[in-house]
Amino acid sequence: MDTAEKLAQMALAIALFAGAMGLILLLVGRVRRRADLVQAVAFVVPALALLAVGLIYPAVRTGYQSLFDRTTDNFLGLANYQALFEREDLLIVLRNTLFWVLVAPVSATLIGLVYAVLVDRSRFEAFAKSLIFMPLAISLVGASIIWRFVYEYRPDQQNIEQIGLLNQVLVWLGFEPQQFILNAPLNTFLLIVILIWVQAGFAMTVLSAAIKGIPQDIVEAGRLDGLYGVKMFRYVTVPSIRPALIVVLTTISIATLKVFDIVRTMTGGQFETSIVANEFYTQSLVRGNYGLGSALAVVLFVMVIPIVIYNIRQLRKADIR
Amino acid sequence: MSTVKVTPEVRDGWDSSSVASPAARARKRLTSPGASVAAVVIAVLWTLPTFGLLLSSFRPEDDIKGNGWWNWFSDPQLTLESYREVLFGSATGLSTYVVNSVVITVPSVVIPVTLALLAAYAFAWMKFPFRDTLFIAVFALQIVPIQIALIPLLQIFVDTGLNGTFWPLWIAHSVFALPLAVYLLHNFMREVPAELVEAARVDGAGHVKIFRAIMMPLVLPAIAAFSVFQFLWVWNDLLVALTFAGSTSDVAPLTARIAELVGTRGTEWHLLSAGAFVSMIIPVLVFITMQRFFVRGLLAGSVKG
Repeated sequence: MDTAEKLAQMALAIALFAGAMGLILLLVGRVRRRADLVQAVAFVVPALALLAVGLIYPAVRTGYQSLFDRTTDNFLGLANYQALFEREDLLIVLRNTLFWVLVAPVSATLIGLVYAVLVDRSRFEAFAKSLIFMPLAISLVGASIIWRFVYEYRPDQQNIEQIGLLNQVLVWLGFEPQQFILNAPLNTFLLIVILIWVQAGFAMTVLSAAIKGIPQDIVEAGRLDGLYGVKMFRYVTVPSIRPALIVVLTTISIATLKVFDIVRTMTGGQFETSIVANEFYTQSLVRGNYGLGSALAVVLFVMVIPIVIYNIRQLRKADIR
Repeated sequence: MSTVKVTPEVRDGWDSSSVASPAARARKRLTSPGASVAAVVIAVLWTLPTFGLLLSSFRPEDDIKGNGWWNWFSDPQLTLESYREVLFGSATGLSTYVVNSVVITVPSVVIPVTLALLAAYAFAWMKFPFRDTLFIAVFALQIVPIQIALIPLLQIFVDTGLNGTFWPLWIAHSVFALPLAVYLLHNFMREVPAELVEAARVDGAGHVKIFRAIMMPLVLPAIAAFSVFQFLWVWNDLLVALTFAGSTSDVAPLTARIAELVGTRGTEWHLLSAGAFVSMIIPVLVFITMQRFFVRGLLAGSVKG
């Protein structure tokens, strides 16, 4: 396909859907008998049908396939799930996933919060924020390349200079350069740094808005009680923005569970860095093991649920207060 | 998924911080210099990795591979050679993939917006059986990780012969975007005063008229917010791309191609650095020009992922 052909296809697809929408509006406008119901159905059905075929049916099918072997021919029962907790390589995957969920959301939220407080109402606030915010706009593939360059290793020999910043810093400090990406379990944490780097901007934005929403009289009352600096932060700012903190923490937690691009781009899951979201891809589409891949997808879904429930509960509590 | 409650002033407060009251400015002076140092340290840590790669992408190939980018300051040489090679060189040919990314992204934004607008209006202002149940179901679908749908969806595309075209990417991205789109647009449409809708009804306007004449203009900011979101999401996506297009095919986007380059040419830093920034330039431009809408979207809804 050449460029013109691709662009023509794109225009066709857009015209098709814009046309369909126009047609629905046109036809619905002419309905007279049982108008309300017919109109509602015409409005809702396109979206619902797409969701049913494209999301609900495939999800159910994945659950079903997780009970079968690699080619989905022979029924295995729960053997795929059992393997997750028995096979050594898959146990490492679960352990790494735990590392990610424990470290990334808390670190990103903390850094975002501290930074939001630090730059709040300063003269360079908008500029300072956009520096931290920018990583949110780029792809995780791009972010991974940026950090891969930081972690880059060159053999420790005469006439060979380090080109990665982190190793150069080690050399300047008098240490030997390290093959960061190969060293487990350190490498997993270096990959987590990339996600923290991206998500801190999200945390900062939401928390900054929440901080600006703190009623002025609460802040004044704190001042009268002699609260400044760290104490103000601890006893006024943090409690006041608790709901926003919960939303940020849980949102980043869910994003962390699903994140696949970083591991895929940095290591492909090698060197003991794989996580569930990446292992799903490796098993399903690289190794062709549909049964195990489906089980991993189901596990991913199951891991998201408690976080969502926690989120809803905490927010409900905050509402009652 | 969940909503952070923000007051109207806060919604627009992103860049209006400079209008702080005199009291606020006085307060600022009371914070310690330590705080300023901490802020600068974080800002530098956050910026330096990007700066290093950006500078490298403009250095000659031998320089990039020979020594660190910090040496540039003692030997400043700039060239666009890496960009020329990565865009048009036979080994990488990223220009084709730029086109692919555009062709994938635009319909993947337009299709869910059109479908979600109709559905959101029905959920907000029409009466039909099971309306609330269906809406909660759509809302709940936001938490489903897309991984759980990918493989059966791929089977459907293979069975219907769509594989190898752009359709699997357009459809998959649209499906995965719909729950958030319907939810966001519904919330905005609900905020339109009921009296306005009633008045239009009394004047004899039907749903179609109300949808076109009242809702569409009023929810334009919401459409913009969601569109920026979805644009960045689709442009930056890797998982859907790899699943339905692979990394070197006729329809693969930039991200998939560049991720593949990392695997096969992981030490060719002149290609990787320039390639990475080729993939970043468009989302960063969209982001900078549409920042207000993006932030509003962040605050009003959630982040899909």
